[in-house]
Amino acid sequence: MKVAVPVFPGSNCDHDALHACGTVMGWDTVPVWHQETALPAGTELVFVPGGFSYGDYLRCGAIAALAPIMADIKRHAENGGLVFGVCNGFQILCEAQLLPGALLRNDTLRFIHKWVHLRCERTTLPFTSAMRPGEVICVPMAHAEGNFTLDEAGLGELEARGGVAFRYCDAAGNVGDDHTPNGAANGIAGITNLKGNVLGMMPHPERAVEPAQGGVGGLPILRSLAAAFAKA
Amino acid sequence: MMVRVLVSLKSGILDPQGKAVEQGLHGFGFKVDHVRIGRLIEMDVPAATAEEAKAAALAMCEKLLVNPVMEKASIEVLA
Repeated sequence: MKVAVPVFPGSNCDHDALHACGTVMGWDTVPVWHQETALPAGTELVFVPGGFSYGDYLRCGAIAALAPIMADIKRHAENGGLVFGVCNGFQILCEAQLLPGALLRNDTLRFIHKWVHLRCERTTLPFTSAMRPGEVICVPMAHAEGNFTLDEAGLGELEARGGVAFRYCDAAGNVGDDHTPNGAANGIAGITNLKGNVLGMMPHPERAVEPAQGGVGGLPILRSLAAAFAKA
Repeated sequence: MMVRVLVSLKSGILDPQGKAVEQGLHGFGFKVDHVRIGRLIEMDVPAATAEEAKAAALAMCEKLLVNPVMEKASIEVLA
Protein backbone atom coordinates (compact mmCIF):
# COMPACT_ATOMS: atom_id res chain seq x y z
CA MET A 1 0.00 0.00 0.00
CA LYS A 2 1.23 3.46 -0.87
CA VAL A 3 0.50 6.07 1.80
CA ALA A 4 0.95 9.86 1.75
CA VAL A 5 1.02 11.89 4.98
CA PRO A 6 0.48 15.61 4.26
CA VAL A 7 2.51 17.80 6.62
CA PHE A 8 1.32 21.31 7.49
CA PRO A 9 3.15 23.91 9.58
CA GLY A 10 2.14 22.87 13.09
CA SER A 11 1.39 19.21 12.33
CA ASN A 12 2.85 17.21 15.20
CA CYS A 13 1.40 13.72 14.76
CA ASP A 14 2.84 13.25 11.28
CA HIS A 15 5.63 11.07 12.65
CA ASP A 16 3.12 8.95 14.59
CA ALA A 17 1.34 8.32 11.29
CA LEU A 18 4.58 7.67 9.41
CA HIS A 19 5.70 5.23 12.13
CA ALA A 20 2.38 3.38 12.30
CA CYS A 21 1.95 3.06 8.53
CA GLY A 22 5.61 2.81 7.52
CA THR A 23 7.47 1.03 10.32
CA VAL A 24 4.72 -1.01 11.97
CA MET A 25 2.58 -1.90 8.94
CA GLY A 26 5.45 -1.86 6.46
CA TRP A 27 3.60 0.26 3.91
CA ASP A 28 5.39 2.56 1.47
CA THR A 29 4.73 5.78 3.41
CA VAL A 30 6.00 9.25 2.56
CA PRO A 31 5.48 12.73 4.04
CA VAL A 32 4.15 15.34 1.60
CA TRP A 33 4.73 19.04 2.30
CA HIS A 34 1.57 21.16 2.23
CA GLN A 35 2.94 23.38 -0.55
CA GLU A 36 3.08 20.45 -2.97
CA THR A 37 0.31 20.52 -5.55
CA ALA A 38 0.16 16.77 -6.25
CA LEU A 39 0.22 13.58 -4.21
CA PRO A 40 2.95 11.09 -5.16
CA ALA A 41 1.88 8.96 -8.14
CA GLY A 42 0.07 5.81 -7.08
CA THR A 43 -1.00 7.12 -3.64
CA GLU A 44 -3.72 4.83 -2.27
CA LEU A 45 -4.24 6.19 1.23
CA VAL A 46 -3.89 9.80 2.41
CA PHE A 47 -3.38 9.95 6.17
CA VAL A 48 -4.11 13.52 7.34
CA PRO A 49 -2.29 13.72 10.67
CA GLY A 50 -3.08 15.47 13.93
CA GLY A 51 -1.46 18.56 15.38
CA PHE A 52 -2.10 22.26 15.39
CA SER A 53 -1.88 23.18 11.71
CA TYR A 54 -1.28 26.92 11.32
CA GLY A 55 -1.49 27.29 15.09
CA ASP A 56 -5.24 26.58 15.01
CA TYR A 57 -5.63 30.22 13.85
CA LEU A 58 -9.13 31.34 12.85
CA ARG A 59 -10.61 27.85 13.42
CA CYS A 60 -8.93 24.47 13.83
CA GLY A 61 -8.11 23.18 10.36
CA ALA A 62 -9.55 26.19 8.51
CA ILE A 63 -6.29 27.42 6.99
CA ALA A 64 -4.93 23.94 6.28
CA ALA A 65 -8.11 23.17 4.34
CA LEU A 66 -6.98 25.79 1.80
CA ALA A 67 -3.37 24.55 1.49
CA PRO A 68 -2.18 23.77 -2.06
CA ILE A 69 -1.98 19.97 -1.45
CA MET A 70 -5.66 19.88 -0.43
CA ALA A 71 -6.89 20.28 -4.01
CA ASP A 72 -5.24 16.99 -4.97
CA ILE A 73 -6.46 15.30 -1.77
CA LYS A 74 -10.00 16.34 -2.74
CA ARG A 75 -9.48 14.96 -6.25
CA HIS A 76 -8.14 11.72 -4.73
CA ALA A 77 -11.26 11.45 -2.52
CA GLU A 78 -13.61 12.23 -5.41
CA ASN A 79 -12.00 9.42 -7.39
CA GLY A 80 -12.76 7.01 -4.55
CA GLY A 81 -9.26 7.08 -3.01
CA LEU A 82 -9.01 6.54 0.74
CA VAL A 83 -8.55 9.52 3.06
CA PHE A 84 -8.11 9.06 6.80
CA GLY A 85 -8.04 12.12 9.07
CA VAL A 86 -7.15 11.89 12.74
CA CYS A 87 -7.65 14.65 15.32
CA ASN A 88 -6.58 17.89 13.57
CA GLY A 89 -6.78 15.82 10.38
CA PHE A 90 -10.49 15.25 11.09
CA GLN A 91 -10.96 18.99 11.70
CA ILE A 92 -9.20 19.73 8.40
CA LEU A 93 -11.45 17.28 6.49
CA CYS A 94 -14.56 18.95 7.96
CA GLU A 95 -13.28 22.42 7.07
CA ALA A 96 -12.46 21.16 3.56
CA GLN A 97 -16.06 19.90 3.36
CA LEU A 98 -14.95 16.35 2.67
CA LEU A 99 -16.91 15.43 5.82
CA PRO A 100 -20.01 17.08 7.31
CA GLY A 101 -20.12 18.94 10.61
CA ALA A 102 -17.62 20.82 12.73
CA LEU A 103 -15.56 20.27 15.87
CA LEU A 104 -16.25 22.73 18.67
CA ARG A 105 -14.39 23.36 21.91
CA ASN A 106 -14.86 20.45 24.36
CA ASP A 107 -17.84 21.13 26.61
CA THR A 108 -15.49 20.84 29.60
CA LEU A 109 -13.43 23.73 28.11
CA ARG A 110 -10.32 21.65 28.74
CA PHE A 111 -7.74 19.89 26.63
CA ILE A 112 -8.45 16.23 27.38
CA HIS A 113 -5.76 13.59 27.00
CA LYS A 114 -6.49 10.06 28.10
CA TRP A 115 -7.20 6.57 26.80
CA VAL A 116 -10.80 6.19 25.68
CA HIS A 117 -12.97 3.33 24.54
CA LEU A 118 -14.63 3.50 21.14
CA ARG A 119 -17.38 1.30 19.77
CA CYS A 120 -17.26 0.40 16.12
CA GLU A 121 -20.64 1.29 14.62
CA ARG A 122 -20.06 0.16 11.04
CA THR A 123 -17.95 -2.70 9.75
CA THR A 124 -18.59 -2.30 6.03
CA LEU A 125 -15.92 0.38 5.59
CA PRO A 126 -12.38 -0.18 4.31
CA PHE A 127 -11.28 1.29 7.67
CA THR A 128 -13.27 -1.19 9.77
CA SER A 129 -13.82 -4.28 7.63
CA ALA A 130 -11.65 -6.48 9.89
CA MET A 131 -13.64 -5.45 12.97
CA ARG A 132 -16.67 -7.07 14.56
CA PRO A 133 -19.94 -5.11 14.81
CA GLY A 134 -19.88 -3.33 18.18
CA GLU A 135 -16.21 -4.15 18.75
CA VAL A 136 -14.69 -1.94 21.45
CA ILE A 137 -11.18 -0.58 21.01
CA CYS A 138 -9.09 1.46 23.42
CA VAL A 139 -7.01 4.32 21.96
CA PRO A 140 -5.69 7.68 23.20
CA MET A 141 -7.48 10.97 22.69
CA ALA A 142 -5.70 14.33 22.99
CA HIS A 143 -7.66 17.39 21.95
CA ALA A 144 -9.40 20.57 23.07
CA GLU A 145 -11.75 20.86 20.08
CA GLY A 146 -13.42 17.50 19.52
CA ASN A 147 -17.00 18.32 20.37
CA PHE A 148 -18.65 17.17 17.14
CA THR A 149 -21.61 19.26 16.06
CA LEU A 150 -24.01 19.28 13.14
CA ASP A 151 -27.49 20.73 12.72
CA GLU A 152 -30.39 18.47 13.61
CA ALA A 153 -31.31 17.60 10.04
CA GLY A 154 -27.70 16.86 9.12
CA LEU A 155 -27.21 14.75 12.21
CA GLY A 156 -30.36 12.77 11.45
CA GLU A 157 -29.19 12.14 7.91
CA LEU A 158 -25.69 11.14 9.09
CA GLU A 159 -27.14 8.60 11.53
CA ALA A 160 -29.71 7.31 9.02
CA ARG A 161 -27.10 6.55 6.38
CA GLY A 162 -24.78 4.84 8.85
CA GLY A 163 -22.24 7.64 8.64
CA VAL A 164 -21.12 7.22 12.25
CA ALA A 165 -18.10 4.92 12.34
CA PHE A 166 -17.09 5.23 16.01
CA ARG A 167 -18.79 6.36 19.21
CA TYR A 168 -17.28 6.97 22.63
CA CYS A 169 -18.28 4.24 25.09
CA ASP A 170 -17.23 2.48 28.29
CA ALA A 171 -15.18 -0.72 28.38
CA ALA A 172 -18.35 -2.78 27.99
CA GLY A 173 -19.47 -0.82 24.92
CA ASN A 174 -22.19 1.25 26.58
CA VAL A 175 -22.64 4.63 24.92
CA GLY A 176 -24.25 7.84 26.16
CA ASP A 177 -23.41 11.28 27.51
CA ASP A 178 -21.72 9.78 30.59
CA HIS A 179 -19.20 8.03 28.34
CA THR A 180 -18.65 10.97 25.98
CA PRO A 181 -15.71 12.99 27.31
CA ASN A 182 -16.05 16.12 25.17
CA GLY A 183 -19.78 16.74 24.64
CA ALA A 184 -19.84 15.43 21.06
CA ALA A 185 -23.34 15.08 19.58
CA ASN A 186 -24.63 11.49 19.93
CA GLY A 187 -21.24 10.52 21.38
CA ILE A 188 -19.72 10.68 17.91
CA ALA A 189 -15.96 10.07 17.76
CA GLY A 190 -15.60 9.35 14.05
CA ILE A 191 -17.63 9.69 10.87
CA THR A 192 -17.44 8.76 7.23
CA ASN A 193 -18.62 10.38 4.03
CA LEU A 194 -21.42 9.11 1.80
CA LYS A 195 -19.14 6.88 -0.27
CA GLY A 196 -17.34 5.51 2.79
CA ASN A 197 -13.86 6.29 1.44
CA VAL A 198 -13.19 9.26 3.73
CA LEU A 199 -13.07 8.77 7.50
CA GLY A 200 -12.31 11.28 10.22
CA MET A 201 -11.97 10.60 13.93
CA MET A 202 -10.77 12.58 16.94
CA PRO A 203 -8.95 9.82 18.93
CA HIS A 204 -5.59 8.49 17.75
CA PRO A 205 -5.50 4.86 16.55
CA GLU A 206 -2.02 5.48 15.09
CA ARG A 207 -0.71 6.01 18.63
CA ALA A 208 -1.80 2.55 19.75
CA VAL A 209 -0.14 0.11 17.38
CA GLU A 210 2.68 -1.36 19.49
CA PRO A 211 2.69 -2.72 23.06
CA ALA A 212 5.41 -0.19 23.97
CA GLN A 213 2.86 2.58 23.32
CA GLY A 214 0.66 1.19 26.07
CA GLY A 215 -1.84 -0.62 23.89
CA VAL A 216 -2.59 -1.87 20.40
CA GLY A 217 -6.22 -0.72 20.12
CA GLY A 218 -5.50 1.05 16.85
CA LEU A 219 -4.35 -2.07 15.00
CA PRO A 220 -7.83 -3.31 13.96
CA ILE A 221 -8.24 -0.16 11.85
CA LEU A 222 -4.85 -0.52 10.16
CA ARG A 223 -5.46 -4.25 9.61
CA SER A 224 -8.80 -3.40 8.02
CA LEU A 225 -7.00 -1.06 5.63
CA ALA A 226 -4.43 -3.78 4.89
CA ALA A 227 -7.25 -6.21 4.07
CA ALA A 228 -8.96 -3.63 1.87
CA PHE A 229 -5.78 -3.26 -0.15
CA ALA A 230 -5.07 -6.96 -0.33
CA LYS A 231 -8.47 -7.28 -2.04
CA ALA A 232 -7.99 -4.35 -4.41
CA MET B 1 -12.16 50.93 2.86
CA MET B 2 -12.19 49.67 6.44
CA VAL B 3 -14.52 46.74 6.94
CA ARG B 4 -15.42 45.11 10.20
CA VAL B 5 -16.68 41.52 10.27
CA LEU B 6 -18.22 40.21 13.47
CA VAL B 7 -18.29 36.42 13.59
CA SER B 8 -20.40 34.81 16.29
CA LEU B 9 -21.66 31.34 17.11
CA LYS B 10 -25.15 30.55 15.87
CA SER B 11 -27.83 30.42 18.51
CA GLY B 12 -28.17 26.88 19.80
CA ILE B 13 -24.45 26.18 19.40
CA LEU B 14 -22.91 25.59 22.81
CA ASP B 15 -20.37 28.25 23.75
CA PRO B 16 -18.34 26.81 26.63
CA GLN B 17 -16.02 29.84 26.55
CA GLY B 18 -18.97 32.21 26.98
CA LYS B 19 -20.24 30.01 29.81
CA ALA B 20 -16.89 30.17 31.61
CA VAL B 21 -16.74 33.95 31.28
CA GLU B 22 -20.33 34.19 32.51
CA GLN B 23 -19.43 32.17 35.59
CA GLY B 24 -16.42 34.42 36.13
CA LEU B 25 -18.65 37.50 35.98
CA HIS B 26 -21.06 35.89 38.42
CA GLY B 27 -18.05 35.38 40.69
CA PHE B 28 -17.57 39.17 40.75
CA GLY B 29 -21.24 39.65 41.57
CA PHE B 30 -22.36 40.89 38.14
CA LYS B 31 -25.90 39.97 37.20
CA VAL B 32 -25.48 38.75 33.62
CA ASP B 33 -26.91 36.06 31.39
CA HIS B 34 -26.37 34.51 27.93
CA VAL B 35 -22.73 35.55 27.54
CA ARG B 36 -21.48 34.64 24.05
CA ILE B 37 -17.99 35.12 22.69
CA GLY B 38 -17.31 35.93 19.05
CA ARG B 39 -14.48 37.10 16.83
CA LEU B 40 -13.90 40.57 15.40
CA ILE B 41 -12.04 40.87 12.10
CA GLU B 42 -11.05 44.30 10.80
CA MET B 43 -9.51 44.79 7.38
CA ASP B 44 -8.74 47.34 4.73
CA VAL B 45 -10.52 46.32 1.53
CA PRO B 46 -9.65 48.11 -1.72
CA ALA B 47 -13.06 49.17 -3.04
CA ALA B 48 -14.65 52.22 -4.66
CA THR B 49 -17.99 51.98 -2.86
CA ALA B 50 -19.33 50.60 0.41
CA GLU B 51 -21.42 48.06 -1.52
CA GLU B 52 -18.35 46.78 -3.30
CA ALA B 53 -16.44 46.47 -0.01
CA LYS B 54 -19.35 44.64 1.59
CA ALA B 55 -19.65 42.24 -1.34
CA ALA B 56 -15.94 41.47 -1.11
CA ALA B 57 -16.19 40.83 2.65
CA LEU B 58 -19.19 38.56 2.09
CA ALA B 59 -17.20 36.49 -0.38
CA MET B 60 -14.37 36.23 2.17
CA CYS B 61 -16.84 35.04 4.80
CA GLU B 62 -18.14 32.32 2.51
CA LYS B 63 -14.66 31.19 1.51
CA LEU B 64 -12.80 31.28 4.82
CA LEU B 65 -13.85 33.61 7.62
CA VAL B 66 -17.04 31.81 8.65
CA ASN B 67 -17.88 28.14 9.12
CA PRO B 68 -21.62 28.05 8.39
CA VAL B 69 -22.05 24.85 10.41
CA MET B 70 -21.53 26.78 13.62
CA GLU B 71 -21.06 30.47 12.88
CA LYS B 72 -22.79 33.54 11.44
CA ALA B 73 -21.36 36.94 10.55
CA SER B 74 -22.39 40.55 10.31
CA ILE B 75 -20.48 42.96 8.08
CA GLU B 76 -20.05 46.65 8.70
CA VAL B 77 -18.30 49.08 6.34
CA LEU B 78 -16.66 51.74 8.51
CA ALA B 79 -15.36 54.31 6.00
